[in-house]
Amino acid sequence: MPMPGRLRFLAEARHLQIAALSVLFAINFLFIDFGAKPLASALAIATSLATQAACAWWFGLKHLDLRSPLITGLSLSLLLRADEPWLHALAGVLAILSKFVIRHDDKHVFNPAGFAIVALLFLSDHVWISPGQWGTGVWFAALVAFAAILVLRAARRPDIAIFFLTSHAALLIARALWLGDSLAIPLHQLQSGSLLIFAFFMISDPRTSPDARLGRFIFAFAVALAAHWLAFSMQMRPALYIALIALSPFTLLIDHILPARRFAWTVPVERFPMRKALQGFRLSHFLRKTGAHFS
Amino acid sequence: MTRKTASRLKAGVAAGALLALAALAGPAWAFCGFYVAQADAKLFNKSSKVVLARDGQKTAITMANDYQGDVKEFAVVIPVPTFIERKQIGVVDMPTIDHLDAFTAPRLVEYHDDDPCAPRQPMPVAMARSGFSPHLLAYADASGRYRGVTIEATYDVGEYDVSILSARESDGLVNWLTDNGYRIPAGAEAVLGSYIKQNMRFFVAKVNLDRMNLIGAGYLRPLQVRYDTAKFMLPLRLGTVNADGPQDLIIYALTRNGRVEITNYRTVKLPTDVDVPLYVKDEFGKFYKALFERAVARENMRAVFVEYAWDMGWCDPCAAKPMTFRELVELGARWIETDEDVPFGLRGAGGAGAFVTRLHVRYDAAHFPEDLVFMETHDRENFQGRYVLRHPWRGNATCPAADAYRASLQARFRLQAHNLSFLTGWDAKDIATRMEAAGQRAR
Repeated sequence: MPMPGRLRFLAEARHLQIAALSVLFAINFLFIDFGAKPLASALAIATSLATQAACAWWFGLKHLDLRSPLITGLSLSLLLRADEPWLHALAGVLAILSKFVIRHDDKHVFNPAGFAIVALLFLSDHVWISPGQWGTGVWFAALVAFAAILVLRAARRPDIAIFFLTSHAALLIARALWLGDSLAIPLHQLQSGSLLIFAFFMISDPRTSPDARLGRFIFAFAVALAAHWLAFSMQMRPALYIALIALSPFTLLIDHILPARRFAWTVPVERFPMRKALQGFRLSHFLRKTGAHFS
Repeated sequence: MTRKTASRLKAGVAAGALLALAALAGPAWAFCGFYVAQADAKLFNKSSKVVLARDGQKTAITMANDYQGDVKEFAVVIPVPTFIERKQIGVVDMPTIDHLDAFTAPRLVEYHDDDPCAPRQPMPVAMARSGFSPHLLAYADASGRYRGVTIEATYDVGEYDVSILSARESDGLVNWLTDNGYRIPAGAEAVLGSYIKQNMRFFVAKVNLDRMNLIGAGYLRPLQVRYDTAKFMLPLRLGTVNADGPQDLIIYALTRNGRVEITNYRTVKLPTDVDVPLYVKDEFGKFYKALFERAVARENMRAVFVEYAWDMGWCDPCAAKPMTFRELVELGARWIETDEDVPFGLRGAGGAGAFVTRLHVRYDAAHFPEDLVFMETHDRENFQGRYVLRHPWRGNATCPAADAYRASLQARFRLQAHNLSFLTGWDAKDIATRMEAAGQRAR
């Protein structure tokens, strides 16, 4: 039975994600010290939208959909910190350009905001991310988890966030057991608000995660493992983001070995019975007909 | 522009002019105001002071203590990430750390209202700072014989006998430490074992009484260790084992580029730029202590507080005279180009910068299970804990503006009372009584 228009609007994953990120942004802006700055945030959002519009025109897209670049702009405002506002403008441009330029088999390789953050971390000394800023409060964890469940249910890809958090938790607990540390330490590390935002709004991006469920599990575990090594052996603080971006190209390989239904924001789930997807049909030719490109 | 903003702006201009005059007068830099109140030196019991200087991977950690016990029993065990050579260890004069403490301390500034019938020109005339008393990061007593782990080196450093240890097993290390007079609290073995598996070595030091008497400093000078490491962290965990309640730690981070923040706990600004009643002048230490305790409670003791974050090149208002190049180099900021005995603030354009972040944390094992991990940012935005006294005009004023001014004082007093009650949790009635006694009656 088709949903009424308003409900369908609310059930669209990107609308829920925009709402969730807006709430987080408002909290960050109003209550978090050393948080988002108005000019930098406005520039990140504006350049994300403008770059999407410019690329839509350049690449001849039939529809200009500003929802995804708004998500990218909000993510950059939330996560990226810089001492010069123009770096946020550059981040918006880099993020959206990466989506249009770094593609394979009609799928962009990197999460746009994640790519821009990591690119700038390597290109400039003047950007950083603040992993401690959200603290380890239970109320915040509950809020993020609640918002994430709504978004990921609507996007029908909740599994990768669960896979990642489970892998990450297992690695942290294994490390604590090896070191002989109290379990209070991994529990504290797992309560990090930044970790939850990464799990629910970054690695779980359905457009850049592997198509097959097994592929998503392998990818999530690999990111957790790489992040663990970067954080504890290399002492890198943005370890999660660097691990995600460094491993994202492997999603192409995983998709090749484990083909499955390609995710598209706008395709109703009914058209793709899960059973068929799991049987390993490559549906990319069909997806092309749906017009769900570049979103 | 509101009157408050205008008044602050004018105050800032006036302060700037005074500082410019002071700068022109050379050595008169010492004039940055004078103290109207000084908090008790024992403001925070069980507290430590650590100066962390870091440039890239070059790290210097200086630990201050005002250890009150018998110096024979003084001993310190510090996990360090690398082997330490003799030239990487030093002692620092306590007054240098006291100077940095005074320079970065939360401050009370005082303004006097002008005659409401004359153009307004408020000027800062005085300031105060709070002081903190340090203790040890981790210490144990001496008694016993030697057995056990690898002693990689032993050094005589001023009044200290220093050993650098590595170990494969925590029980061997505990045996060595115990047998060499380091009394290790129950429960420390697991923490030591964790550091061993993380390839940390142990910097252990005790006092050599003969050399201490020879040097004659009269107190235990702060120890400094310098090393290159990717690990920008401070080991807290040994100090929380069997600790008797929460402890305070004040970290003074000196960096080249900008503010330092904690990556595994929240970094929070203390409430600042708040008008408070005049009587706070006489008990600024008590006020600040209550404010800090309330801030800690508000964050459920799960945050690290920024008390000061500022370019070392200047201050406004200054709570103490500027630090010199020599002092900053002594504290480990070896990237600045010279160690001349002149104020850092007087350096010309260009040159290497230095930024200081003063962090204050109250911690225990339950709320801070992990060691503090730091990160340097490029944020150079200035922040200071600053509390403001505004003296009303007490002279004769008969113009029409004077009536409006007097009426406005009531709202100001009420706001100040509210601020004080909010910041400290002190009883509103007591505040009203104290204010009235100080001539600030709010009807």
